[in-house]
Parts: sequence; C-alpha cells; structure tokens
Amino acid sequence: MSTATIRILVMLVYIVCAPLIGGLLDGMDRKLSARMQGRKGPSIFQPFYDVAKLTQKQLLQVNKFQLLMVMSYLFFVILTGVLFFGGFDMLLCFFSLSTAAMFLILASTSTHSPFSTIGTHRELAQMMAYEPMVLLTAVGFYLATGTFQVSDIIQAQIPAIAYTPGFFVGFVFILTIKFRKSPFDLSMTHHAHQEVVKGVTTEMVGIEYAITTVTEWYENVFLLAVVGLFFINDNPISYLVAVVAVLATYFVEILIDNTSARVKWQMMLQLAWGVTLVSGGLNLFILELINR
Amino acid sequence: MKNIHKSPWLLHYDGSSCNGCDIEVLACTTPVYDVERFGVVNTGNPLHADIFLITGGINSQNEEVVRQIYEQMPNPKVVVAVGTCACTGGIFKECYNIKGGVDTVIPVDIYVPGCAARPESIIDGVVQAVALFKEKHMKEKGGEKA
Repeated sequence: MSTATIRILVMLVYIVCAPLIGGLLDGMDRKLSARMQGRKGPSIFQPFYDVAKLTQKQLLQVNKFQLLMVMSYLFFVILTGVLFFGGFDMLLCFFSLSTAAMFLILASTSTHSPFSTIGTHRELAQMMAYEPMVLLTAVGFYLATGTFQVSDIIQAQIPAIAYTPGFFVGFVFILTIKFRKSPFDLSMTHHAHQEVVKGVTTEMVGIEYAITTVTEWYENVFLLAVVGLFFINDNPISYLVAVVAVLATYFVEILIDNTSARVKWQMMLQLAWGVTLVSGGLNLFILELINR
Repeated sequence: MKNIHKSPWLLHYDGSSCNGCDIEVLACTTPVYDVERFGVVNTGNPLHADIFLITGGINSQNEEVVRQIYEQMPNPKVVVAVGTCACTGGIFKECYNIKGGVDTVIPVDIYVPGCAARPESIIDGVVQAVALFKEKHMKEKGGEKA
C-alpha cells in the first residue's frame, strides 16, 4: 500500500471513529467522576443516548444562522483532525482549530442572549489564555524534530518529549481549558451549576446542541492525539506508550475537574500565561541554547 | 427512537414554598440516591430540558416566569409537580398572593404529593415522567408519519 493510500485511510478512520472514541471517553469521564464522588454514575454509553435524544427534540431555534455556524464549527474541527491524521503541517491544524473556535463564537453571539453573550466573552478570554501555548507547542515540535509535518514528526529517532517536557506540561495545562474542565470551565461547563446557565451553548437547541457535543468529541480526540504525538517515534512500541500517556493525561484532567473550584478569568489568564511562559518559555530557551 | 427515555434532562424550578421539597430534589442527586445513574442530568437550561420539575405553589410574581420557562422547553416535554404546594397550593393556598398549584398556569402531567416529598417518591415521579416522555415522543413521531 502506498503512503498516500495509508494517509487517506487514516483520515477516514478519524472521521468515522473519532466521535465513537470521543463519546466513549466522555462516558468514561462521567463514570469516573461519579465514582470519585461516591456515586454509581450513568452508563458508559450515556453520552450517545444524550446526543440521540437531542436530535429528536423540537428545534426551537432563535435564528437559522446559528445552525449554519454550528455546522461550520463541526466542519472545521473535522478538518483540523483530518489534516493532523493525514500527516500534514502542524501549524495548519492549529490555525484550522482557531477558525473553528471562531465559528463557535459566532454561533453563540448570534442570539443576543445575555447568558450566551457572557459565555462568549469568557470563551474569548479562554482563547486568549490557551492560544499562546497552542502555538508554542507547534514550535516545540519543530525545535525537537526539525519539521512541522506530522508525518515526519512520527518518523523521528527520539520522541519529541525528550526535548520538550516543558512544552508538554504547558500543553496539558491548557488542555484543562480546552476540555472545559473545572477550574477553567468559565464559558461552558458540563455540570449543572453555572451562573451563566450553559454559557456559549445556552441558546443551542436539540440538533444544534447535539452537533456541538459531537464536535467537542472530535476536538478532544484531536487534542489527545497531540498529547500522544509527544511520545511517538519510529519505534512501533512508542504508539502503545502514547496511548497510555493519553489515558493518563485524561485521568489527570478528570481528577483536576473533580478537585478544584471554578476560578475567575483573571486568575485563569495569569495561571495559563504563567505556565506558558515558565514551562514553555524555559524549554524554548534551553532548546535554543543547545541548538546553538 | 427507542432509547429516548434513557436521557431525561431535568429542569428544577422552585416556586413559593418552604424550600423543603427543594432540598429533597437536590438530595436525589447526592450519592445516596444518585439519579444520574438513570441518565438524569439536572440542567439549568429550559432549552435543554425534557422534564420540568416544579416545587412550591404559584404566586402572582412567578406565574409569568413559570409560563415562560414552559414555553422555552422544546417538545416533547413533561411537567412534574413535586410536593403538596405544587400540587394544590398546600398550606399557602389561602394566601392573598397564591394562585394555587402549578396546574393553574401550565398543564401538569405527574403529581408527586408529600410535605416534604420524599426523595424516593420524587424519583418514582421522575421515572413515571420518563415513561410519559417516551410515550409523548412516540405519539409525536406517529403524528408525523400520519
């Protein structure tokens, strides 16, 4: 099989399997969270039941524009994953992801609901907090492997983590924001106790909310794949290591979610930029010194 | 859809009550009763809710609020009145500002009596509401086909 065929196959597998994996991870999250709180918790397939139910609900939408924006959000997140799993440029993936986030913001502002408007402002603050580290992560991969191409990064002799532990810590830190986990679930929380109701998703009804949820699953799979990429090199065993690392990271995120209270956006910004600067910046500085 | 009853999302609104039933509803989500094991999520958003759970009676101030929340919920939806006040107005029935039970404003499907309603009976009411939720969904689908 030629490389191009394999690439196309991997892309197709991503499109089909990412929502399944993302949904199962979400189900695991809810089960684990319940266990941590001393509850039995719902079935591991609960997220699928929820999405299926949402598609059956009456579409009481405020305007038609919102559905279009939500669908564009889905499209660009899938594109992000397809570019990544197809082995294309890392920077392109992250730019595509930022474009997707813009569509989410357009979807939530289109309704003029006070709750989704506050949610949107917070979403923008969140983007401000995590974007520098996301870009630095791509830089980290470049400095470690000499390329932005995912297909070449996975062929490296030594896994990227050996050169970029600081970038890894920074990236895992901002994952808490990306996964909408406490203490950084300012714009939308998965739990039922937020002062802005459901934040950016407040006005999304039925199928719109279902699409947003599925989009989140696609996005989570992509982000966890980036975590895995830190550990992958030309040795096949490294893929196993990557899976273990991804699951461990996800567990840590759930643990943080269950043991911390929501912070204000100022605190989030300070913490996220602080970690980016210290962890990512220091790693960058050291790599620059070694390369010289 | 066959599995629609597996994902009932609740919206809880507290009208004029002593908050006793309110506390009992919250007790349902604690580890002892854990309604989430049935897929129940206590959502704060009427647009995402399937079951409207009201505790306490209706007064002249919250009448519009209850009506608006009900109208914001997409079909199919089920209304559960929890506690004696929500069912009939209860001990506050004779007050000058009380209209009576929830059914004076919006149609109520399930009545859960009790002062305060026990978590067990609230869960029983929710389970019945879930069955009705599925029934309403099936009826809607049937209507579409015909």
